[in-house]
Amino acid sequence: MAIAESADTVAPERSAPQKRPLRLFRNLSSKIALIPMIATAVIVFMGGTIWTVVYSFTSSGLLPRLNWVGLDQYERLWGTTKWIISIQNLALYGICSLVLTLVIGFVLAAMLDRKIRFEDAFRTIFLYPFALSFIVTGLVWQWILNPDYGVQGVVRSLGWESFTFNPLNNPDIVMFGLLIAGLWQGTGLIMCIMLAGLRGIDDDIWKASRVDGIPVWKTYTRIIIPMMRPVFVTAIVLIASGIIKLYDLVVAQTSGGPGISSEVPAKYVMQSMFGGQNLGQGFAASTMMLLSVVIILVPWALLEFGGRKRG
Amino acid sequence: MADIGTLNTMKAAEDPVRGQLDGPRGARPKRNLSRRNIMLYGVLIVVAIYYLLPLYVMIVTSLKTMPEIRLGNVFSLPKDITFQPWVKAWAEACTGVNCDGLSRGFWNSVRILIPSVILSISIACVSGYALSKWKFKGSEVFFTLLLVGAFIPYQVMLYPVVIILRDVGTFLTDIWQGTCGFFTSAEGSCRGRVQLFGSLSGLVIVHSIFGMPILVLLFRNYFASIPEELFKAARVDGAGFWQILFRIMLPMSLPILVVAIILQVTGIWNDFLFGVVYTRAEQYPMTVQLNNIVNSVQGTKEYNVNMAATLLTGLVPLAIYFVSGKLFVRGIAAGAVKG
Repeated sequence: MAIAESADTVAPERSAPQKRPLRLFRNLSSKIALIPMIATAVIVFMGGTIWTVVYSFTSSGLLPRLNWVGLDQYERLWGTTKWIISIQNLALYGICSLVLTLVIGFVLAAMLDRKIRFEDAFRTIFLYPFALSFIVTGLVWQWILNPDYGVQGVVRSLGWESFTFNPLNNPDIVMFGLLIAGLWQGTGLIMCIMLAGLRGIDDDIWKASRVDGIPVWKTYTRIIIPMMRPVFVTAIVLIASGIIKLYDLVVAQTSGGPGISSEVPAKYVMQSMFGGQNLGQGFAASTMMLLSVVIILVPWALLEFGGRKRG
Repeated sequence: MADIGTLNTMKAAEDPVRGQLDGPRGARPKRNLSRRNIMLYGVLIVVAIYYLLPLYVMIVTSLKTMPEIRLGNVFSLPKDITFQPWVKAWAEACTGVNCDGLSRGFWNSVRILIPSVILSISIACVSGYALSKWKFKGSEVFFTLLLVGAFIPYQVMLYPVVIILRDVGTFLTDIWQGTCGFFTSAEGSCRGRVQLFGSLSGLVIVHSIFGMPILVLLFRNYFASIPEELFKAARVDGAGFWQILFRIMLPMSLPILVVAIILQVTGIWNDFLFGVVYTRAEQYPMTVQLNNIVNSVQGTKEYNVNMAATLLTGLVPLAIYFVSGKLFVRGIAAGAVKG
């Protein structure tokens, strides 16, 4: 760092009008300090993404090779049942998870915001699952939903013999089994964000609506929620990016089963890249994941940052 | 509020009908046990039970014997408490051929966690400081790029990172063997290799890379909120980049450091994806090993051992969560709201 220091302190003395120091060396310490970050952003994030997209147009198998096959990998991808099922599963899980997380998160936050006692205790309880990993979450719920000893077994032993609730072994509802676990883990975070948003709303709004005699629920739906638009947008972006990443939970809770009925795109990518020695497929599938993120994020970014500039 | 409120409450308590008709319209001042409050607390308690249920089931199951599990249900309390499952999960549970339990994964996780947290936070701290106080042309562009990168699914960058780690490893090996061979002439004394892919050091780098967007954002915003005058005064006194960082900024940034540490410790401890991709079987972190133990196909399922193992893995983040309390909330809120 000695060089950087001296360059920094000596620079002003030398900056006589005719002999300015090179622009590159101005503020040199800062530039050196930012090398790891710049390398990460440019080489790993940007370079890596471009690399993957480029190689998704090749027939790479065990090793990445640059022999072009055009859109072959994508055609194969969309012709694979497993991928189609993965997409359908993710769509189902995603829509349910998005709606339910928002609703539950907001309702819980609104209830905690009603100046109740033991608010801290309730918040601690609702948020603690978020500290746990998806692996732990998945394994616990796998056990609770166990058909013999779990919820189904308990209800049956109470006398309701025909009761069936066995989501982890029923291909039709297996995604809801995952959803229960996912909601348990993730709603606390959204509740916290919503609560922070609710606390940010001026008390005068509440007083005004009370003076006008507006019922509480109407105050929420007509005044508070529209005012919390930025908070909701943040929450949606957060939930959505979590949904696309969905992987650990599935691996732990169902391993994609029964059969392939709870496969998700991220798992498909991992399997073709590191399990099936089929890199090209993995690259194509991950490019599709990237595309879906772009489709979700670009409108949001335009709304958020485009609007700010105009305003 | 106080006087009129209590007055109204008393009136309402005496004569509910009149209280409703005569009192001000809108929300009535709260009584402690109004019907609405009972409903509110009722709902909250039911939800709280639902959230606590898995933790309860984990604890209860891990203290039962297998015969008792087969007879009873997941929610019943253990009749005679046994700690055998915990011992077995920690020291004897098998993954593949290794039968030394979760302890191996635990120590692997610790060995990954400590350097990762230190490295990622020091890089992010310096970067955030440079980005907020020593801006140069283009610095914001790189920062935006970094933030955009935070939204890219990890799967897109997994394989390129494999290649980068492998190539950098080979490159460093070449340098090491070159310099070593330059100084010693003895044949074969320079066999050491730098291996990044498939080793703990590689995983440390990966964690530092992927933790960077959120941490840099955290530190940048924090340092930006420190008054500019302080910074300028130090500049006038002749302090340089590093001096200002170590003498002025760092002593002021304890709260944000704690938040960053909480964020990173829980994040890295709970990671599964990177552990499974970038390490080999004997170096798997705890989460990966836990999954291998519980979801292994061979042998009879020992649910009590599985739950003990699961609880053991969750113990570290849970302890951090319950100890840090509000700071944890602040950490995730800071990370979430702006990320």
